[in-house]
Amino acid sequence: MPLHDPVPAPEAPLAAAYRITHATEYRYGAPVALSQQLLHLTPRPLPWQTVREHRLEVEPLPSLRLERWDAFGNPVTQLAFDGPHDSLTVRAETEIEVLPRFAGELPPGQPWEGWRQALVYRGALPPPAELLEAVQFAFPSPFVSLGPAFAAYAAPSFTPGRGLLAAARDLMGRIHAEFEFDPQATSVATPVAEVLARKRGVCQDFAHLMLACLRSLGLPARYVSGYLLTEPPPGSPRLIGADASHAWVSLFCPGLGWVDLDPTNDLIPDSRHITLAWGRDFGDVSPMRGVILGGGAHELEVAVTVLPLV
Amino acid sequence: MARTLLSIYPDSAGRYDEMLAAGGAVRPHWQAFFSHLDAASPEQMRARLAFVQRRIQENGVTYNVYADPKGTDRPWELDPLPLIIPADEWRQLAAAVAQRATLLNAVLADLYGPQDLLASGLLPPALVYGHGGFLWPCRQVRQPGDTFLHFYAVDLARSPDGRWWAIADRTQAPSGAGYSLENRLIVSRVFPDLFRDLKVEHLAGFFRSVQESLAHYAPDSGEGGEPPLIVLLTPGPYNETYFEHAYLARYLGFPLVEGPDLTVRGETVFLKTLTGLKRVHAILRRQDDDFCDPLELRGDSALGVPGLLQAVRAGRVLVANALGSGVVESGALPGFLPAICERLLGEPLQMPSVATWWCGEAPALKYTSEHLDQLVIKAAFPGRRFDPIFGADLKGAQREQLLARLQAEPQAYVAQELVQLSQAPTWSRSHERRLLARPAGLRVYAVATPQGYRVMPGGLARVAGGAGARVISMQRGGASKDAWVLSDEPVSTFSLLKPSIGARDVVRGGRSLSSRVVENLFWLGRYSERCDHTSRFLRVALTRLIDAGGEPGPELFAALAVGEAMGLLPPRDEAGEQAAARPPALPPTLAERLTRAVFDDAWDTGLAAGLKRLQWSATQVRERLSMDHWHAINRLNHDMQASKESRPEPGETLACLDQALLSCASLAGFTMDNMTRDDGWRFHVVGRRLERLHFLASAIAGFLALEGKDRSQGQGGLEWLLELADSTITYRSRYLSQPELLPVIDLLVLDEDNPHSVAFQAQVVGRYLGRLQQSLGGGAGEAGAPFTDDLELLLARLRSVDLSRFQGDVCGDCIGCNACEDLAAVLWALAAAVRELSDRLAMRYFTHVGDVSHQTVAA
Repeated sequence: MPLHDPVPAPEAPLAAAYRITHATEYRYGAPVALSQQLLHLTPRPLPWQTVREHRLEVEPLPSLRLERWDAFGNPVTQLAFDGPHDSLTVRAETEIEVLPRFAGELPPGQPWEGWRQALVYRGALPPPAELLEAVQFAFPSPFVSLGPAFAAYAAPSFTPGRGLLAAARDLMGRIHAEFEFDPQATSVATPVAEVLARKRGVCQDFAHLMLACLRSLGLPARYVSGYLLTEPPPGSPRLIGADASHAWVSLFCPGLGWVDLDPTNDLIPDSRHITLAWGRDFGDVSPMRGVILGGGAHELEVAVTVLPLV
Repeated sequence: MARTLLSIYPDSAGRYDEMLAAGGAVRPHWQAFFSHLDAASPEQMRARLAFVQRRIQENGVTYNVYADPKGTDRPWELDPLPLIIPADEWRQLAAAVAQRATLLNAVLADLYGPQDLLASGLLPPALVYGHGGFLWPCRQVRQPGDTFLHFYAVDLARSPDGRWWAIADRTQAPSGAGYSLENRLIVSRVFPDLFRDLKVEHLAGFFRSVQESLAHYAPDSGEGGEPPLIVLLTPGPYNETYFEHAYLARYLGFPLVEGPDLTVRGETVFLKTLTGLKRVHAILRRQDDDFCDPLELRGDSALGVPGLLQAVRAGRVLVANALGSGVVESGALPGFLPAICERLLGEPLQMPSVATWWCGEAPALKYTSEHLDQLVIKAAFPGRRFDPIFGADLKGAQREQLLARLQAEPQAYVAQELVQLSQAPTWSRSHERRLLARPAGLRVYAVATPQGYRVMPGGLARVAGGAGARVISMQRGGASKDAWVLSDEPVSTFSLLKPSIGARDVVRGGRSLSSRVVENLFWLGRYSERCDHTSRFLRVALTRLIDAGGEPGPELFAALAVGEAMGLLPPRDEAGEQAAARPPALPPTLAERLTRAVFDDAWDTGLAAGLKRLQWSATQVRERLSMDHWHAINRLNHDMQASKESRPEPGETLACLDQALLSCASLAGFTMDNMTRDDGWRFHVVGRRLERLHFLASAIAGFLALEGKDRSQGQGGLEWLLELADSTITYRSRYLSQPELLPVIDLLVLDEDNPHSVAFQAQVVGRYLGRLQQSLGGGAGEAGAPFTDDLELLLARLRSVDLSRFQGDVCGDCIGCNACEDLAAVLWALAAAVRELSDRLAMRYFTHVGDVSHQTVAA
């Protein structure tokens, strides 16, 4: 997670190419005897996103390395280390092309209540395929609990008869305006209810909060993990490793399909956003999730660089 | 003959009565049993009830087995009268249960596979994606033979018209089959003649199918001619049904393991054993699936086996039931099963489910709101903390509140029709001779075999605590029953249990010894021995105190000084609970301190605390102890607890210590006579010997280090030492005289033929560790030296002790002789060597308990 509020580059290029480096280093206080790691560091191939080149460098040499697809269709790498080691470095290098997803301004959408109503089970009739696809993401998940508090927070945006996307954009704008970016305020384990109460957090928290609001209203939405092309502070050069992984949400809008929304920056992701993976929440697509035996206290360093290729 | 039992048997009041037909006549399949009961004398029945109680107490059958008597463990309640089901009725019931298991298995295969049920609208998506038991990472994971549900249970109830209904399905890790086995072993002995004459179906064949089927579905089983290794995975002794896990493991012959006993290397699961890693082919799990793999499932749990799911995915191990199978444990699913059965099996559902409305459907919600009085509201998904609410109980605001809850989150609730349970006769404990009628339910089990589901002929019957109860709960005073399925053919008498309880159980040859089990056997040895010598010391002190009329005499001085130094006696300045009422200025008397050392389990080095640890370590290896062995340990704790509660006088405390020593002696007897000689046993014996060595060396060294004048209070000062080392008889038979220092030292320290001497322990430990190192390899310790090097060295120094230095009438004249100091120094060194050796053994052979896996996350 970034240490400062990521500022997106001012303008979305029509088409873009990037070189992304994502380096993760663990230094353990005591040797780790056994370690298993699950990596979501390989960008998902998408109609608007082409991976030109991708490499994962791992040190020390793993005793097991396999690539597979997870239940959400994301590429995942599983690693295991059987020998004692004091540190672990994983370096993902990606060259990728990203196209704009939508041409022109997005419509406000059909009234949101109609979509919610369409999702209600209606007995033994085959439901439309897009409904089945969407409804998988309509329920609580380990990091996204639901409840009346979230529905109440979302209510001012979801006024009767308002278009689904228009209402969601309004919600996104309110989260952006009312919540403060504060890396000290939360950790991976902070419950989303606490984020709502304290009104601070990082992009992950804002994504979880927005998901909780949407799903509490009965609207399917999913969590997206990825990167963002940021704008270096005025007058200074782009720094290597100064970026971070990013997170936003994706809402299913009938007729349009999944539409991404970035509540941290109050914008609809475009060619400045690079998608790694999606799932129900952070837990499904953590860039690196592992279980180690031993290790004592450990230090973790993550460095991300998103470099535009001209 | 007293009046018949029927004359006061309550009317069924609209319920189906299991024993009586509508006209009040005894049903044919109950006649033999009822006549027998009716003819039995009150004395006979009392004896039978007492037998049941005793077996349950001695077998330690509980929900929550943690050995603390103040803890939450609850003795299992068993009514001696079985629930009897005739053969033709059972055939239908069994067929319906088998069909239901087949159906639920097909539902699981669909949900984790193509999801046609969702696409066709036969199942609402909310029941899948909204169910915490639907494990996303398990999607598309293939199961051998497409079998997800290996072990299935269903709770049944009988409605007033005599039909059986399914109330709830258990598909995650069904519990209770072990309890029903235990019930069967007890009840068949209460009514042995009836059991035989009525031709009751035996259970053993079912459990053999469990063994065979798991072996059949296990991948790569029989590879290299080796039988597959099947383990039973338990969350551990804190689980409420741990008793059953240990029981089943022992019965089925599967090693009982906890998550940290297993490890995944590559994509293969191994058991950590004494001799290294052994491939595991199948896991019968009693741990909930989301706790099974912290890498891919719940990450906040240290209980699981990281990497297990990938091993399943790669087809390298069978996990039964399949990870994710909890998703069909749902209050809402049964309503959809009839249509699903037609679709998936092409036949009608044979057994109805109790009428259920899932509130996620608008018409169902409407119906529920309008008929609340006739319905029970339950959570749609397990794992929610929500006790069933009877609509009729709610008035006014409460009712509005519930309706609002249903409106706000309808998909989370189901409404169920109230079931009028059938009633079964139970034997009253509070009357001399009376049958009570209690609401009853039956849990039935099925196992997947390559030929289809096989249903256990019998089950776990349960009765409610009161006549009008609406739910049956073991927590609320209910009891269990054996279920007798009558056969109209000759029954198979095949048994998995060997007929007699004897030297059969501790460790069966060829089974894999997990490191954790070995560690617990080692500690069982140490604690058994520790309880023995703690009791012995306290008896020595208490006897002398009583003999001296309650005032500590001079002959006690040395014993108390040594005991205090070793922490066997609470200090003078704190007296624990006993003296709480006394003014703080008054120090506790010696009698109070001794009583506290015996009974106060808060005194960490006292007898009560030692017994607790003993029972704890026995609990951990229960599946490896013979029933007699286990009974002896239970009885010991039970007696101690009973004595403690009676606030005993010193004389009674003494009797209690005698009893404890007797029990310890029988435990030692089991060690020598009942345990198979394998490496686990050797570690157990090494534990015993190390503990005794440590005790003797410390006690004798402590004694020798006393100033001469402090220990030479007449011969009394040596007699207690002989008693402490249980060597009085040997001494007398050899010397026929008052104890003197030289022969006492010879007997207690140097004599390698005295099983209570220091040298004997050191020599035996050396021998067994030598054997262990030979068979396990790793002959060298950390520094490259064999484990026993220090011990050998010290033993050699003992052997070279010059006994003549201890010559003399009365010690105390020996100013400047240093013989005692020199010997004490060797003995202290031995005690220190024991402590170090124990640590090194733990490092080399046992699980590192402090070393648990933990999760790391990077973004």
